[in-house]
Amino acid sequence: MSSNSKIPLTPEQELQRRSRRSFMVLGAGAVAGMAGLTWVNSGPTEDNLPARLRSALGFNEGVVRTALFDNSHLAKTYPASAIGEIKVNGEFGMDEDLDPASWALEVTSFGATRPSAKLNMDDVRKLPRYEEIINFKCVEGWSTVTQFAGARLSDFTARFAPGSEKAECVGMKTPDEAYYVGLDMPSAMHPQTLLAYEMNGQPLEDEHGAPLRLVIPVKYGIKNIKRIGSIEYTNTRPADYWGERGYDWYAGL
Amino acid sequence: MQVLEEKHKLATRWFHWLNFPLLTMMIVSGMLIYWSYDPYRIGFGGVTLFHFFPDWVYNSTHIDHKLAWGMALHFLFAWIFAVNGLAYVTYTLVSGEWRELWPEKKSFAEALQVMKHDLNSRVPLPAQGRYNAAQRITYSAIVLMGGLSLLTGLAIYKPVQLNWLTALAGGYEWARWEHFWLTMGYLGFFGIHIAQVIRAGWSNFRSMVCGYEVTNVQ
Repeated sequence: MSSNSKIPLTPEQELQRRSRRSFMVLGAGAVAGMAGLTWVNSGPTEDNLPARLRSALGFNEGVVRTALFDNSHLAKTYPASAIGEIKVNGEFGMDEDLDPASWALEVTSFGATRPSAKLNMDDVRKLPRYEEIINFKCVEGWSTVTQFAGARLSDFTARFAPGSEKAECVGMKTPDEAYYVGLDMPSAMHPQTLLAYEMNGQPLEDEHGAPLRLVIPVKYGIKNIKRIGSIEYTNTRPADYWGERGYDWYAGL
Repeated sequence: MQVLEEKHKLATRWFHWLNFPLLTMMIVSGMLIYWSYDPYRIGFGGVTLFHFFPDWVYNSTHIDHKLAWGMALHFLFAWIFAVNGLAYVTYTLVSGEWRELWPEKKSFAEALQVMKHDLNSRVPLPAQGRYNAAQRITYSAIVLMGGLSLLTGLAIYKPVQLNWLTALAGGYEWARWEHFWLTMGYLGFFGIHIAQVIRAGWSNFRSMVCGYEVTNVQ
């Protein structure tokens, strides 16, 4: 008969052995977790956000665009009684007073290297007018139910930049190019995406982006550019003011 | 005679100790987001008893002006938090361990007895399995709250694409309110949980790490 030379551990000793091992695993896990967190936040930055977090946003965008986004998914609409008082929350690109007479909208169709059309408000008003009362959502977290009226960007595109729906993106800038947004085409072609010239039953006021602003309920307020001066259809992602300042380029809702 | 008794399964311990830092990350990044619009308070009418949060909280923690970073962190760690939580729920259901966790009919009456015991140790603790009645209720509630945090979070994250979910939460603004108060619920739970762990002592805490406790049997 062979006998084990080791003396069996008492329960207390066995517990000591197990707990020493477990606490070492816990400690190693804590170190690994801290290292992982540091790794995610370190490395190069891309548009004022750690590049690794930027890729996480890109991953989320891919998931949303393939699995979730559909032009039949509409933002909730409200009765007129729900309309609230929307605050003025962005004056970038509107430093100078607007001269309505000199305002014009430059359109650069997909593939064109120079503006292909120069439009005035009458051109935009000739398109079918749509009204919507939606909850305007700021990236900060607040939201206000607001009524807008104007032309669908999809109608506008078909009329003034035919064929440009094939582009992957749309870029818009204020006349002074101080504020600018980039949009993916599916969001731009969403039926609730308007080039708006009326707000809460009144002509759009200067501080809200007269004469023409974007209203895109599938995006945060940061994408709803005021006082549009130019629209360009392109396959490269247009620059985006807040996207360059650490925010998600997609910013979809 | 002393024997080694298994108190917590390996899987349960992993899920628990992964969830702790993950939930912490969700709360911290959530605070970075909440700072930019912080309307919630305890009060009535014009009287505010406590505003979430007073300036000294923001100033002492330096969580101000980090909305963009906070959103990116929140939407990355949400995946890991969700996967860990769903894996835990699946494990608990498949292994049958939910039977030791989910409140029984008698748990609600017994939980009162447990609370009396906690406040006055001369009151006897009712007979229990792995968890006592108060633990069954609290730990099950926390798991449910985790699910609600995920759902209300998605309702805020994609209120157009998931408009049915946002509607179910009572609308966009209610979803944010619910998401916030669930988080306050975790902080409240955390305070009580830590106090109870300290009260229960080292051997109990160690069993949550290594899984075992030495017990005396006849």
